[in-house]
Amino acid sequence: MLLLLLGIILLHVAALVLLFVSTIVSVWTSSETGTSDLWINCSTSNGGYHCDPATSGEWIQAVQAVMILSIIFSCLSLFLFFCQLFTLQKGGRFFLTGTFQILASLFVMSGAIIYTVMSPEWVPEGDAFGYSYILAWVAFPLALISGLIYVILRKRE
Amino acid sequence: MLTFLALASVVLLGIVPEQTQGIVIYTGWERHALVGSDIRLSCSFFSWRWTSEDVTFSWTYRPDGSRDSISIFHYTGGAAYVDNKGPFRDRVEFVGNPGRRDGSILIKNLDFSDNGTFTCDAKNPPDIVGRPSSVRLLVFEKVPIQAGVITGAIIGVVLGLLVLIVVIYYLMRFLVARRVFSLSVRSVTGLWPAALCQSGLCQGLKQKPEPIPGTDTCVAKLA
Repeated sequence: MLLLLLGIILLHVAALVLLFVSTIVSVWTSSETGTSDLWINCSTSNGGYHCDPATSGEWIQAVQAVMILSIIFSCLSLFLFFCQLFTLQKGGRFFLTGTFQILASLFVMSGAIIYTVMSPEWVPEGDAFGYSYILAWVAFPLALISGLIYVILRKRE
Repeated sequence: MLTFLALASVVLLGIVPEQTQGIVIYTGWERHALVGSDIRLSCSFFSWRWTSEDVTFSWTYRPDGSRDSISIFHYTGGAAYVDNKGPFRDRVEFVGNPGRRDGSILIKNLDFSDNGTFTCDAKNPPDIVGRPSSVRLLVFEKVPIQAGVITGAIIGVVLGLLVLIVVIYYLMRFLVARRVFSLSVRSVTGLWPAALCQSGLCQGLKQKPEPIPGTDTCVAKLA
């Protein structure tokens, strides 16, 4: 029983950490000349490392917003899990926690999809996707599975 | 004693900056404008002295990527002198009010070559020690959306919806609880002590009152 609880919390925290890393250290594309991510576009060109903020484009701002929202919802769901752990009746399901976690995973998915579709607009073609992009895609199924577990789980003891 | 200290500190605060501060000039930090439009570059200053009649304003322009500045406007002795030879000839107009410490200029019909830094320098004799202030002009074909506007809007809308849903949920629960409470109050008014019911005083009611098993009261159900 305790093992199950620990495993669930670990899964949730893992998804949350991946979300944080993906949003903050966001190296979403990388190439020889530089990296670009959700917040800033850095490149070494003509001698010198210069960075432009991501002001251009409405879509990159949408991706930023959606990633931040997914972090917020995942944190909220963790907090709600602990609340519901102590207040739910025996046999009850963690619906609220599961809903928030599933919503968070949907936000990550939509953010990653928007980025994939729109990235040729602000990043030159031929750039490989960086590790933060991959982490975002990994965080999506983790969060989804975690949310589904919450919805199926029944409170015991 | 306390009032003396307060007065002394106010006087000291008044005197000391006058000797150390000088003139402080304020312009914007960055201005965005569309090609072909006009833009007003504002410049004002703060000085501990009264505005003198010899107050001067001068604007210089340094194009992006260049190290040379060129003077484009000068106000002195009550008269404004605008650029009549340089890149801004016939495009600069003085729209400030020197009496109110405002030395703003209007630049008309902007073009991409007007990208650069505009520096305003104001002097209010005898207060002449100060740093000129610069404003950067960026000319666009279409004005881009500021960073973070859409981000903030999306986050705000979603969180607002969340809060709204929570509030509505609790409101519904509260209203339903109140309805249940008012229904139970109505049936409570029908409680009569068992003795009264058996003596036949409940004839006025449509239905015969029934005793609640295990208690001393009976309930007269409302018709």
